[in-house]
Amino acid sequence: MKILVTVKEVATVEDEFEIEGTEIADQYLGADLNEWDDYAVEEAVQFQEDGVADEVVTVTIGPEDCEQTIRQALAKGADRAIRVWDDSLAEADLLDVGAKTEILSAVVEAEDPDLVLTGVQAGDDSFGATGVSLAEEIGAQWGAVVNHLEHDLEDGVASVRRELEGGVEELTEIELPAVLTIQTGINEPRYASLRGIRQAQRKPLDVQSLDDLGVEGSAVDSELELTDMYEPESESDVTVWEGGADETASELGELLREKGVAP
Amino acid sequence: MTDVLAVTDHRRGELRDVSYELITAGRELADATGGELHVAVISGTVDEFAEKLDREGVDAIHTVDHGEEFNHDVYAQTVTQLYDELAPQYVLAPNSVNGLDYAPAVANQLDLPIVTDTVDLEADGDSLIATREMYGGKVETTTELAGDAVVTIRGAEWPAAEGTGDASIEAFDVDIDEDAVGSTVTGFEEVGGGDVDISEADVLVSVGRGIEEEENLEIIHELADALDATVSSSRPIVDNGWLPKNRQVGQSGKVVTPDVYVAIGISGAVQHVAGMKGSDTIVAINTDPNAPIMDIADYAIVDDLFDVVPALTEIFE
Repeated sequence: MKILVTVKEVATVEDEFEIEGTEIADQYLGADLNEWDDYAVEEAVQFQEDGVADEVVTVTIGPEDCEQTIRQALAKGADRAIRVWDDSLAEADLLDVGAKTEILSAVVEAEDPDLVLTGVQAGDDSFGATGVSLAEEIGAQWGAVVNHLEHDLEDGVASVRRELEGGVEELTEIELPAVLTIQTGINEPRYASLRGIRQAQRKPLDVQSLDDLGVEGSAVDSELELTDMYEPESESDVTVWEGGADETASELGELLREKGVAP
Repeated sequence: MTDVLAVTDHRRGELRDVSYELITAGRELADATGGELHVAVISGTVDEFAEKLDREGVDAIHTVDHGEEFNHDVYAQTVTQLYDELAPQYVLAPNSVNGLDYAPAVANQLDLPIVTDTVDLEADGDSLIATREMYGGKVETTTELAGDAVVTIRGAEWPAAEGTGDASIEAFDVDIDEDAVGSTVTGFEEVGGGDVDISEADVLVSVGRGIEEEENLEIIHELADALDATVSSSRPIVDNGWLPKNRQVGQSGKVVTPDVYVAIGISGAVQHVAGMKGSDTIVAINTDPNAPIMDIADYAIVDDLFDVVPALTEIFE
């Protein structure tokens, strides 16, 4: 069985930052493996360790800069990686769900996986829609916000739990092939071992252009346009206690006594 | 004219609050150009649901009596067929776990753009301007699109629709392809029971990502002991397995309303805030003065929790 995992490098933002146009200024941005994808990679690697999956392949849409993040996923145990990038992607301001769906579906067609795992959402733009959209595009089944997944996959069916709101989980049987969007907490993502990190350097990382995948350049034209970005207006009327830790702690202690909740 | 189709949400026999919020959001969009608001209610006791959904501003309610609980294939097929029948400009769905399980499929099948987790919407008949957050709420953005679209709305951002309406209520004759239904819901389970019920506590000492390491939880437990309070947490602590699920405050955990909620090293993501904003008094201890938790906190200490928490414990020991 082959598992394809979507891996995104997300931008992280410092506590203090400035906005330039519709972007956060470069010097306040960092980069990291998307938190949800980290759990998806871990789940795929565990499938392999359980002897259910033969191969784990990652796919990333992103520039060369994100190869370090891709190597992170390889170091944790994925076998090989695909990175999709070319000039038309570099020029695009925003990749909407439709564009990602089209690109990823071409990769699915080429790789023909039995199971696709994605993160529930990306930590930067938080759309949370690509996995389910991809499933519809490739004619596969799907499940959104999966926080438990049985690994036996008997009779070509995945038994999953979907994390609903308010502490309720839905038990669902999903026919394979399927796309499952993975929620944080489903497992404990490992840290890459030194050996894993060394091995990752030698694992295949193929770069494919839209042309290689047979995707037309117009596919990346977004129907959405980001027109503004600003810091939300604070509605805060918070009282901030000033001073050293001893002073602020005693202010809080005083409050707790006033409220009659502390001894 | 901008007609709107709003798809309501229910679970285990109850309409969820966001259903009434969808009516408000849908009515606002339709009003912008004098269009109609259609509401769909799919599966479950649809006639009973339809009566409750007949609130001011709803023009038509379409009921689909098919199955008891949510099934994404049934929803996706039904909404697609309703779109073909009604030709609305916007399909509104909740940005709930179930909304995100069918709305993207509907958008892709209909070849429409999708914009999710919106907190404000403005339309002028041609284009839609959607306000949404990025980077975990650090910034707000506006996204513009022309033509038809599928849009999901965040819960508790629009007020619930009220009053009694005079909508037409009609059964929609849907044609479900059962062969294409590839998933089956076999049950539900309440999680997070066990030794303690954080929703009963008067004082919660709640810990988040800022605690950094599992060993550091010790100082939180010491504080809770000294205060005779209960320990709760934000999601990452439970995800890491450092505290059991029954301690999690937030959208996927418990909703709590203690007298005092002390948020320690919790940034205050919207999913967390949904679970604790009803607390009487909220105190935040956080190094980041711009963290979203400060927006709802009554009192704050902008300092290192590793200095403040032990100092506080000492006072009560």
